[in-house]
Amino acid sequence: MNPTAIPDRVRLSIYRTMLLIRRVEERLCALYPDQEIKCPIHLYIGQEAVAAGVCARLRKSDYLVSNHRSHGHYLAKGGGLREFFAELYGRRTGCSGGWGGSMHLADPELGLLGSSAIVAGGIPIAVGAALAARMEGRGRVAAVFFGDGAADEGVFYESLNFAALRKLPVVFVCENNFYATNSRQSARQPLDNIYRRGRIFGIPGFRLDGNDAAAVYAAAGRAVERARRGRGPTLLECRTYRWKQHVGYQEDWEGGCRPARELSCWKKRCPLERFGRRLRRSGLLTPARERALTAEIDRRIEAARAAARREPSADTIECDGGD
Amino acid sequence: MREITYRQALNEALAEEMDRDPSVFLMGEDIAIYGGAYGVTAGLMQRFGEERVRDTAISEAAIIGAGLGAAITGLRPVVEIMYVDFMGICLEQVNNQVAKIRYMFGGKTRVPLVIRTEGGAGRTLGAHHSQSLEAWFLHIPGLKVVMPSTPADAKGLLKSAIREENPILFIEHKMLYNTKGPVPEGEYLVPIGRAEVKRPGRDVTIVAHSRMLLFALEAAERLAGEGIEAEVIDPRTLLPLDIETIAASVRRTHRAVLVEEGTRTGGTGAEIGLQIMEHCFDYLDAPIRRIAGADVPMPKSPVLEKLTIPDPDRIYREVRELLA
Ligand SMILES: Cc1ncc(C[n+]2csc(CCOP(=O)(O)OP(=O)(O)O)c2C)c(N)n1
Ligand SMILES: [Mg+2]
Repeated sequence: MNPTAIPDRVRLSIYRTMLLIRRVEERLCALYPDQEIKCPIHLYIGQEAVAAGVCARLRKSDYLVSNHRSHGHYLAKGGGLREFFAELYGRRTGCSGGWGGSMHLADPELGLLGSSAIVAGGIPIAVGAALAARMEGRGRVAAVFFGDGAADEGVFYESLNFAALRKLPVVFVCENNFYATNSRQSARQPLDNIYRRGRIFGIPGFRLDGNDAAAVYAAAGRAVERARRGRGPTLLECRTYRWKQHVGYQEDWEGGCRPARELSCWKKRCPLERFGRRLRRSGLLTPARERALTAEIDRRIEAARAAARREPSADTIECDGGD
Repeated sequence: MREITYRQALNEALAEEMDRDPSVFLMGEDIAIYGGAYGVTAGLMQRFGEERVRDTAISEAAIIGAGLGAAITGLRPVVEIMYVDFMGICLEQVNNQVAKIRYMFGGKTRVPLVIRTEGGAGRTLGAHHSQSLEAWFLHIPGLKVVMPSTPADAKGLLKSAIREENPILFIEHKMLYNTKGPVPEGEYLVPIGRAEVKRPGRDVTIVAHSRMLLFALEAAERLAGEGIEAEVIDPRTLLPLDIETIAASVRRTHRAVLVEEGTRTGGTGAEIGLQIMEHCFDYLDAPIRRIAGADVPMPKSPVLEKLTIPDPDRIYREVRELLA
């Protein structure tokens, strides 16, 4: 999609979302060594265009299911910053009450039904949400993010079949970052063809440059529209790359799991940088505006973090969610 | 005697058995190039090659099923499920295929399959990576469930498990990998199905497995300072349970305290406790006491995680209370 065909307001909002995710996670990298955040963190840096592009097509009332790499998904769906930091700090006021942690972010009010740290665990849940949406009949759709590793699991195929049979309004978004923990895709899958794996069930699939927010936005738009109109599910394979370790705030090429060259190659295709360049070229973003935007985001992050840190620790294991 | 870690002990057991028997091979997620999520298989691919130390896709059901298929056709696979929390995905294979195949087909099939996995809390990994699910598997006849707590037991039991003709679920604990203990240099085995008295005592019997054994020993040490001699028993194998060793102890001490990290309802304590009652009801001077994890999914907050599972202090207090 020609990015200039995207309304300015949307382009800026996508950029803002990507920048927010990036700055939040860079802040996490700086904070993590203090050991106040005690849960493992699976950082999203490098993959921002996927969450930002897809979520820009979702309404607040649409459902989203996430996985262990959930920060970007949560923030892109509109999740609160203070509740985010509170959750990572293990505070009672966290979005999951301090019970969930980084891998279990949720905000049902925003349609963010949850994030599963069991690989592929969220995929059928999105199918169920789509089933409910269909039965409700008000045009809601469900989207689910999962990795290339999740495509190894049987439940992925069961979910595709289930959704296709009933033409359910669900968008399957695979973030193919070419690794599951430290195993390359090619060591786990004989063919590099995740986007085609819905075709045997009649599900259209598309492979996209997951580091191109405009491309993701365009493809997600078609998939969401198709779902809303009752035409059934779509499978999107967004090819991207995580910059940090599988889990943790450091880079991992020193450990020999991934070649340094690969990372430097992907860094040249930074989703934020690429989209920003386009905005600058079309005059939407000036250096001054960009500085102001970054400063404003950093201020919000710091305010949210500081407030979350002062909040009381989660102190009960009893669920008072009512009955 | 030399001291090595629980992780090294397991690594040695695998290496020795692979050396001894070419039909032993390993497979699992990230076990070859990376050496395993907790490093247990580090260096084995380099030593034994990619044929015998295999990385797999993220496909737990297929890993177990393929392990089973290889086991009944003459190999001795040791397969790894990275976290016991993922066992739900392959429970069908474990319960309906692995555990039943020998009996269901008239006893003609041998199933020399070891499923290694690890569980437990302590690293604030949250509800999907911190569970102690051993009690699930006590309900599966045909399976043997082994849970070592010391490096020496870990090595000896894993070697025995690999030589078994029946399927073994071998559950390690993530907080034990770095613990050190004496491990003999030479070849030795620890028999499956045998409990061990880890500390003798006359006043109360504490039964604890896996990481809880360490906590129980810590509590026993503190109790000893106050003149209470607790006998601490590690069942080591939960299925089949060596109730004889446990019952013999309870007949002497007349009191039993059962410690487990997993959630209380339907836990290992429920089973062990009732077996104690069946074997030594007349000897009991007090109700059997269970100390267990709270009946909640593991909360992530480090404060709450500690509250959810037993600790040495709680064991100490509850034993005092029982004896008061
Ligand atoms: C069922 C299951 N198996 C294994 C794991 C361990 N694990 C956690 S994340 C991960 C890799 C997942 O890779 P992918 O789906 O590609 O997502 P990515 O981490 O690359 O974003 C694995 C194997 C798990 N959490 N759940
Ligand atoms: Mg991946």
